[in-house]
Amino acid sequence: MRTPIFFLIWLAIGAAVFAVSLAIGNDYIFFAGYVVMQYVVLSTAWNILGGYCGYVNFGSAAFFALGAYSTVAIYKLITENDFYRMPMPVLMLIGGMVSGVVGLGMGYLTLRLRGAFFAIATLALAVVLQTLVVNWDFVGGSRGAYIIRPEQIWPIGNYVRYLFLIMMLLAVIALTIARLIEHSRLGYGFASIRDDELAAEASGVPTLRLKLIATTISGALMGMAGAPFPYYIGYLQPSSTFGLDYAVNSIAMPLIGGTTSWTGPLIGALLLGSLQQIATVTISSAVNLLIVGCVLVIFVIVAPNGIVGLVHTYLQRKPDDFVGRRHVEADVAGKVP
Amino acid sequence: MTTTANGLLEVDNLGKRFGGFVALENISLSVAAGERLGLIGPNGSGKSTLVNCICGTLRNEFGSVRFAGQKLDGLDAHERTHRGLARSFQLPRPFASLSLADNIRIPLLYTVVMRRGRHHTPREVEQRCAALLHEVGLGDKARRLPRDLTQVEMRKLELARAMASEPKLLIADEAMAGLTHSEIEDILALLLRLNEQGVTIILIEHIMTAVMSFSRRLIVLVSGRKIADGAPDDVMRNPEVERAYLGQ
Repeated sequence: MRTPIFFLIWLAIGAAVFAVSLAIGNDYIFFAGYVVMQYVVLSTAWNILGGYCGYVNFGSAAFFALGAYSTVAIYKLITENDFYRMPMPVLMLIGGMVSGVVGLGMGYLTLRLRGAFFAIATLALAVVLQTLVVNWDFVGGSRGAYIIRPEQIWPIGNYVRYLFLIMMLLAVIALTIARLIEHSRLGYGFASIRDDELAAEASGVPTLRLKLIATTISGALMGMAGAPFPYYIGYLQPSSTFGLDYAVNSIAMPLIGGTTSWTGPLIGALLLGSLQQIATVTISSAVNLLIVGCVLVIFVIVAPNGIVGLVHTYLQRKPDDFVGRRHVEADVAGKVP
Repeated sequence: MTTTANGLLEVDNLGKRFGGFVALENISLSVAAGERLGLIGPNGSGKSTLVNCICGTLRNEFGSVRFAGQKLDGLDAHERTHRGLARSFQLPRPFASLSLADNIRIPLLYTVVMRRGRHHTPREVEQRCAALLHEVGLGDKARRLPRDLTQVEMRKLELARAMASEPKLLIADEAMAGLTHSEIEDILALLLRLNEQGVTIILIEHIMTAVMSFSRRLIVLVSGRKIADGAPDDVMRNPEVERAYLGQ
């Protein structure tokens, strides 16, 4: 399927979801849906570096927070002084650029590290950035920052509906980018890095350049997902923005869905995100991470290649099935990306 | 010592150390275009280190490497592959989660397609992958994963992947290790075919019958030093080589 057609189909699905949510007439759907869509973007973004290239990033929260704090900084600079309210897509682009540049920088500094060392370096990035934000009074420091969200926006109405819509559009863009990468030369290069970096180099793959591309795209998408967050939450504080939820969810969701294709993070985010939202209203938001932990443990034991891998293993039992990158999850012992 | 003037590959006084251990010391050699060179030596003699230095996997501390008239020093491994230098690994390193066709597709996409600077249709790339796999006898397994292959098939996949970049020089690092006699014959026939197609080949091997039947010239490394370079029969009669292999 050609990329524009894929994009249009998912745009139509998004529009249908939005129409159904409107028809239900309960604004909580939009509040909850926003979070689920945000996780679709975060897990898809994480998967570009973690799933496709095999570099585990524990610093998702840092990139997400960078996007959020870019919005806060712009709000403080422009909107609070009654100059001009910058449109959300522009804020998302700025957040994406800031996080993308930091992703590129982080990649340049850390991509010579591998495995656990790289993961620890990304975790360190989150700690360093959180410390900087906590000590930066302009964006609220440790006290946090208030953002006054407009009540209505023309022609959609409630601003949260608008945020949901825009996050869904970003999710469609993220999925399209992930699928485009997967089916391109870049995707093959990423897969070769994940499987064997030395062999990839010997095959002519410029591994460092490709990894920098992956960290930049991944970081930029996470930053874009974080940019509308201050308007969604209203009060932004470092401890919640750099919270463990973002780092854990953006890793767990692709692992549960499957890491070698764009469908995995989507399935994982929809499944876990929805489950968490249901648990929030029926039990407590405190059980969210417990749910993620339990589901992750079950999947590591039962389906180490995620849901997509499980489905393909089942399909592979038919003798004439295609076995290739686009049609089968990696079933390689010890190759946890 | 024999050297070939204006060779395809020129290694000049190459040196490599790992801490206090001297892995390679003043290695100079020249390989002419179209040549079949055997590189032998006991375990730990520096053969693989030399290959790694030539291919850019390791950085040499001393000396220089020239390939097709261009200096390779400081270039990354992938840049050397782009210039026409390919290798197979001592222990096969396939892209384990990818089908055999995709294993071949990667060097094809990143070298030939980029080098020629023109758009290749996916069909053309697909056909080239199929042709390369067919050439090494894996045509019917294009959609299989490497884990489904036997040892000899894995070696053939390594060679096919190295060939996909359309190299001028192929370094086959112990491509026959652990194979049976008939499997060795298979790999030898394949290497000879590639050489007939104009690919210069350096064969690193412990199996002496294979080296002797394949090589037109032989280089012997011992303890990181080159001790012999010449026609295979002459080299094998060299007292220093006999001492290295058989002891005093």
